[in-house]
Amino acid sequence: MKPIAFTLNGVAKTVTTDEARNLLWVLRDDFGMTGTKFGCGASFCGACTVLVDGKEVRSCMTPMRNVAGKKVVTVEGLAQGDTLSPVQEAFVEHVGYQCGYCTSGMVIGATALLAANPRPTREQIAQGMERHLCRCAAHLRIVDAIEAAATKMAGGKK
Amino acid sequence: MTRPTDEMIVPEGWGFVETIDRRDFLRLTSTGLMVVFAVKPPEGTFRPVWNFATQQRTPPDFNAFLHVGADGRVTLLVGKIEMGQGIITALPQIAAEELNVPLGMVDCVMGDTDLTPFDSGTFGSLSVRVLGPILRAAAAEARAVLVQLASEKLGVPAADLEVKDGVISAKADGSKKATYGELAGGKKIERRFEGKVALEKVAEFTVVGKSAPRRDGIEKVTGKAKYAGDIAPPEALHARIVRPPAHGATLTSIDTTAAEKMAGVRIVKDGDLVAVLHAHRDEADKALKLVKTTFTPSPSTLNNENIFAHLEQVAVELRNIGTAGDVSAGEKTAAQVVVGKYTKGYVAHAPMETHSAVAAVGPDGRVTVWASTQTPFPLQTQVARALKLQPDKVRVITPFVGGGFGGKSAGAQAVEAARLTVAAGKPVRVTWSREEEFFFDTFDPATVVNIRAGLDAARHIVSWDYEVIGAGERGSRMYYDVPNHRSVAKGSWSGNVGGMHPFNVGPWRAPGANANVWARESHIDVLAAKAGMDPVEFRLLNLKDARMRRVLEACAKKFGWTSKAAPSKRGVGVACGEDAGTYVASMAEVKVDAATGAVKVVRVVCAQDMGVLVNPEGATQQMEGCIMMGLGYTLSEEVRFSNGEVIDKNFGGYSLPKFSWLPKIETQILDSPDLPAQGGGEPAIVTMGAVIANAVFDATGARVTQLPLTPARVKAAMAKK
Ligand code: FES
Ligand code: FES
Repeated sequence: MKPIAFTLNGVAKTVTTDEARNLLWVLRDDFGMTGTKFGCGASFCGACTVLVDGKEVRSCMTPMRNVAGKKVVTVEGLAQGDTLSPVQEAFVEHVGYQCGYCTSGMVIGATALLAANPRPTREQIAQGMERHLCRCAAHLRIVDAIEAAATKMAGGKK
Repeated sequence: MTRPTDEMIVPEGWGFVETIDRRDFLRLTSTGLMVVFAVKPPEGTFRPVWNFATQQRTPPDFNAFLHVGADGRVTLLVGKIEMGQGIITALPQIAAEELNVPLGMVDCVMGDTDLTPFDSGTFGSLSVRVLGPILRAAAAEARAVLVQLASEKLGVPAADLEVKDGVISAKADGSKKATYGELAGGKKIERRFEGKVALEKVAEFTVVGKSAPRRDGIEKVTGKAKYAGDIAPPEALHARIVRPPAHGATLTSIDTTAAEKMAGVRIVKDGDLVAVLHAHRDEADKALKLVKTTFTPSPSTLNNENIFAHLEQVAVELRNIGTAGDVSAGEKTAAQVVVGKYTKGYVAHAPMETHSAVAAVGPDGRVTVWASTQTPFPLQTQVARALKLQPDKVRVITPFVGGGFGGKSAGAQAVEAARLTVAAGKPVRVTWSREEEFFFDTFDPATVVNIRAGLDAARHIVSWDYEVIGAGERGSRMYYDVPNHRSVAKGSWSGNVGGMHPFNVGPWRAPGANANVWARESHIDVLAAKAGMDPVEFRLLNLKDARMRRVLEACAKKFGWTSKAAPSKRGVGVACGEDAGTYVASMAEVKVDAATGAVKVVRVVCAQDMGVLVNPEGATQQMEGCIMMGLGYTLSEEVRFSNGEVIDKNFGGYSLPKFSWLPKIETQILDSPDLPAQGGGEPAIVTMGAVIANAVFDATGARVTQLPLTPARVKAAMAKK
């Protein structure tokens, strides 16, 4: 048990817990932030993806000790009040989801992808999202959404 | 003049399904206007007939309520659930359009056994096509009642009134007006709408879902959407349950001392159910690892390789599923007889949300269960039985469901949560691990199909002898023009008859049809090659069914198919299929890596005739999803197991379609206004196995007869040819 300080969606937090615990369950159970999903617990599916210092990580395999002093952003932290982020907006517009269970991870993954490569080709989107699984097979619409988000972020220029 | 009263309105036609106990929903809606509708779907519509709770074939139900309250808000109460098919938007949209209120004024309560009427379950994506037109008729009924009330209140004939945004006003004098809320509030009006929705009417209902953004979208992209595993009542504990390592293994000893020493851990036992409980899921995981157990070995000697011989050996239950003419006489007229054996392994549902449920006992002793389920009402009965309670002492609430595909019809996790909450005296959360999900899934069954077909000198199929072992009969109907055919089924997806399977099997998107269409359409392709004909021309030569010809020709046109006998080295393939009354034809283009046998699907074109089209946007999305999902069972998905143990228990070993697999997808829905709406959530998936296998044959000349078409199998087939 150790006090671990980090920033969660812009707010300073301290949690006293076993530093070997993974971030996913600290978010869900200690903080009641259930937007980040459990899908496999083994880094395969991406449902649990969050940003740590701007990089996408799988929170199911991220021990709290790696989070100390870092900035964590979850799907709940992307919108500004009622204003959705461009990626979120594009997922809604292009119906980049069906059941929505993979969506938190997809939206976070797409946010990280576009931060690293603001104008990806469709192939680069597919490559970048490769490790995110969607059983509903909404892949086509997800790629459409990410492409549209990129356009949006570039000020609408195709 | 008719005053709205409690009278029953029975339009022409047929219809009432069953009596509704109205006590519960009247609590919620004690005043206002309530339209109860209980209507059978239009004739000829495909409908599910399997009730998982009773394991019986039951009549379908499409009961729902529509309520207009004193605040003018419209509430839809339906027993269906939302698992990705989008009805949580489509249904309110229909009501909003018909009642002329803003979409934001319509609420939708789904899958809550206290608030919504009985429903046997949500399967496929029937709901919009079937419930939609009925809901529209009921909404029209509600609107007529409100207009009538306004007419009386305002002293203006109904014909001289108009409705806009929930306000009824006189066309001539806009100051004479009344809101829905004023009209419905303070009284109790109940109407019952029964009867068949006329087919002509259905044809008008084609605007659904085009423009309105799905209302669940914002919740889903912001992480606010709640799934069963997100429900956390105060003091709730996560449960991890002690599980056997293999199917058929039984517990011989258990030692929980080490786990009990962990801070915050409780051990709870209820009969055969032993669980470790902790407020934090990961700490419950850790505690479960400390529980020491021994089990008997599983008596099963089956594995994913010997399973097919086993199925052929033990399958006894024989059902004749279609005969015409005389197969042996037909075979005598054949110039050649071609025999084929097609197999496929077990396939998992693998929804991204594992089975989850949360259960809590209220102060009144009633048990509430939040569950990821496709069947809240059967589940209510199941939980009540397990707890030895009357069903009305159990309430099942269904939050968003994170994918079902037929796999969330069983409800074991909810029964576990309910039993554990009673035993623990605290709310209990059960979220299966991915390993549990792969272990306890009700898999799509492994299947063997044997076909013996005769081809005459004129290249007509003259005999067809067909046996399906495992999958059941769906999708096996012979629509080719074959004078002598016989099809039999042994076993089915709908139950582990005679212990054929080493674990549970159940419905998987278009249950049974994926196996049957794969086998038939592969074999048709084999016959085309034997006949030395282009596979499309060969099909057309042997096909009289006008609907099937039409979709096949439409698909060929869209694809740009040109005639050439396979293998043409172009890597193109074709397959037809029929499911849920919908006809589908698919064509694909593949590239096969000669060195590794890996198949890359470049392009898929799919044409579909699904009768009247109610929701074009939704139907297109479903087709795209079917094509992409179908690549999984076609190329990679198969459950490996041995002696009762499931080997692939996470996505490392069991691989789902990935982004890089995404082919160019083109879909076409044929206009077919004379036919009632047919199923659309599943048909486009059934052709995927054969269309890819046929394209692989066209590319390489190698025929793979086992799904999935793994690189190793493709390579082996290439080496053999
Ligand atoms: S839950 Fe973390 S990757 Fe699947
Ligand atoms: S939308 Fe259901 S898993 Fe992706």
